[in-house]
Amino acid sequence: MIKAFQSRLRQLKKDRRAVWVGYALIGVALAVLPFAVDGGFGRTWVRIVDFALIYAMLALGLNIVVGFAGLLDLGYIAFYAVGAYTWALLASPQFGLHLPFWAILPIGAGVAAFFGVLLGAPTLRLRGDYLAIVTLGFGEIIRIFLNNLDHPINITNGPIGINKIDPISIAGVDLTRTHEFLGLEFAGTHLYYYVLLGLVMLSMFICVRLEDSRVGRAWIAIREDEVAAQSMGINTRNVKLLAFAMGATFGGVAGGLFASFQGFVSPESFILLESIMVLCMVVLGGMGHVAGVVVGALLLAVLPEILRSTASPIQEQLFGKVLVDPESLRMLLFGLALILVMLIRPTGLWPSPIRKREFASEAT
Amino acid sequence: MDILLQQILNGLVLGSVYALVALGYTMVYGILGLINFAHGEVVMIGAMIALAVMTLLTGTMVGVPPVVIVSLAIAAAIAVCMALAYAIERVAYRPLRNAPRLAPLITAIGMSILLQNVAMVIWGRQYKTFPQLFSTQPHTIAGATITDLQIVIIVVSAALMVGLLALVNFTRLGRAMRATSENKTIAGLMGVNVDKIISATFVIGAALGAVAGVLVAANYSIAHYSMGFMLGLKAFTAAVLGGIGNLGGAVLGGLLLGLIESIGAGYIGDVTGGFLGSHYQDVFAFLVLILVLVFRPTGIMGERVAERA
Repeated sequence: MIKAFQSRLRQLKKDRRAVWVGYALIGVALAVLPFAVDGGFGRTWVRIVDFALIYAMLALGLNIVVGFAGLLDLGYIAFYAVGAYTWALLASPQFGLHLPFWAILPIGAGVAAFFGVLLGAPTLRLRGDYLAIVTLGFGEIIRIFLNNLDHPINITNGPIGINKIDPISIAGVDLTRTHEFLGLEFAGTHLYYYVLLGLVMLSMFICVRLEDSRVGRAWIAIREDEVAAQSMGINTRNVKLLAFAMGATFGGVAGGLFASFQGFVSPESFILLESIMVLCMVVLGGMGHVAGVVVGALLLAVLPEILRSTASPIQEQLFGKVLVDPESLRMLLFGLALILVMLIRPTGLWPSPIRKREFASEAT
Repeated sequence: MDILLQQILNGLVLGSVYALVALGYTMVYGILGLINFAHGEVVMIGAMIALAVMTLLTGTMVGVPPVVIVSLAIAAAIAVCMALAYAIERVAYRPLRNAPRLAPLITAIGMSILLQNVAMVIWGRQYKTFPQLFSTQPHTIAGATITDLQIVIIVVSAALMVGLLALVNFTRLGRAMRATSENKTIAGLMGVNVDKIISATFVIGAALGAVAGVLVAANYSIAHYSMGFMLGLKAFTAAVLGGIGNLGGAVLGGLLLGLIESIGAGYIGDVTGGFLGSHYQDVFAFLVLILVLVFRPTGIMGERVAERA
């Protein structure tokens, strides 16, 4: 049954027309998704999908650093934080600045890229575990500073965070209000969905093209064997810095979107666990595989929410009371999933073909 | 002047705990090349078990001298942590010994999250008060004060470290451990049971960690499910600072890091004119870590090349 389906699928893949129909179907499904989710489960779930898309962008960025270049980064959330705070400071009553979307986007990306290079430069000589620990430390330092820069000069508002961040408004359309186009009513969460979806698709496109580019191949060469890559004439210093800057840029843009979407940022959103979460998305999805990473991000962002909404009722039915609160249960399963995936399927759920081959050859 | 002396004393107390935990990291890293992220959680569980045993015994065994109860509690903590570390190594690390390096590192992170949350489910989210083990009457030495507990911390840590160094340098087991860390294959050919030695390394590290957990909880009079993580990170920093894989280095690194943190936190306000306060204490550990790795990746006493692929 499954075999027949697979061979049929392979046949269809060869048929040009069928492929286009497939793309069109996916496109329509993505276009109506917010309305379907809204109608079926409620507005909160559209928000959850929006957050999942933000995570997908983050995971794509981290995938450049970890998946392509093989540099393990455990402080990736710092760039997300930098992007979010850049946005928050430039478009909120905190300093009375209200720059427009198109101005902040490049600034946020640029600041994040700068921080990426700032982290990358001193760690160029490090590899593997050492790099992981340094990046982890860097992430914590950024968070501690965000938490404490409310005195003597108040910059970040400390642990309270920054409130009333301007929403994105594109061409005069404020994305938090409900608008009407073509007789359809688009709520704010729906509009954000389309903007985020567009950006995720753009990011995926950039990543796929990067992977096949000169730089992308250089990253992969470094991941496989740094010394060999260097002897082949790759400038490992520049290429590594570029990976850090590129990954950080994605993180910064995602952070900015997060800040404007949520309207509020505080250091609490940028704890170490979030870095680990994004790393898990990359690992679970399939390191180095763009589509796999996006799937991993969507899965890990949405599944816990489903768990959160169903775990308590199920426990009450089974045991008569809530034994484990959903939040701890989420983390328990999360830790367990990390261990199990590594033990059973170390390449991730949907690995890239190259990596799959490597693992297969290593095993023999 | 007495403030400086006080900070040095506090730093030594803090540093001896870091050193005890750092030994666990450095031993495992020396043999497997793995950062055992779950080690901090083992330390936390040690403190929690000791606390649970103490609460249980003081309720049931009235009239037993407190020294006996404390010793029983520490013994229980050591036993549980050793078993736990053995299980962790067996389940999460051993199957991945020949996998790419990222794999065991990620299981280690997963294990750390898992243990933290299991502890939270068992012992709850709230901070637990750890009973006072010794009189809090401070002694005054040249203007600085030190409590009985702090003296005990320094003495116990020092004794354990000397014991460990003796074990590694002068016993059969220690020789096997050193051989395994040099080269697992050759050690195996020479008749060393490598699997057993690796298990032993984890178990010994966990025993030291359990004691460290009890000491640190007693020092702050607090136990909490998340206490292990930051402690673990800092201990790892200490291990790197001293030169990872090197036992003496871990001890030196731990003491140095404790001193840097406590002196740094004590003086940062004065140096920066009040711009930065003592809540930047945690930054020092990471700053030290980054500086060491950038300028001397092998650490103070390390001979190993940092770039072992």
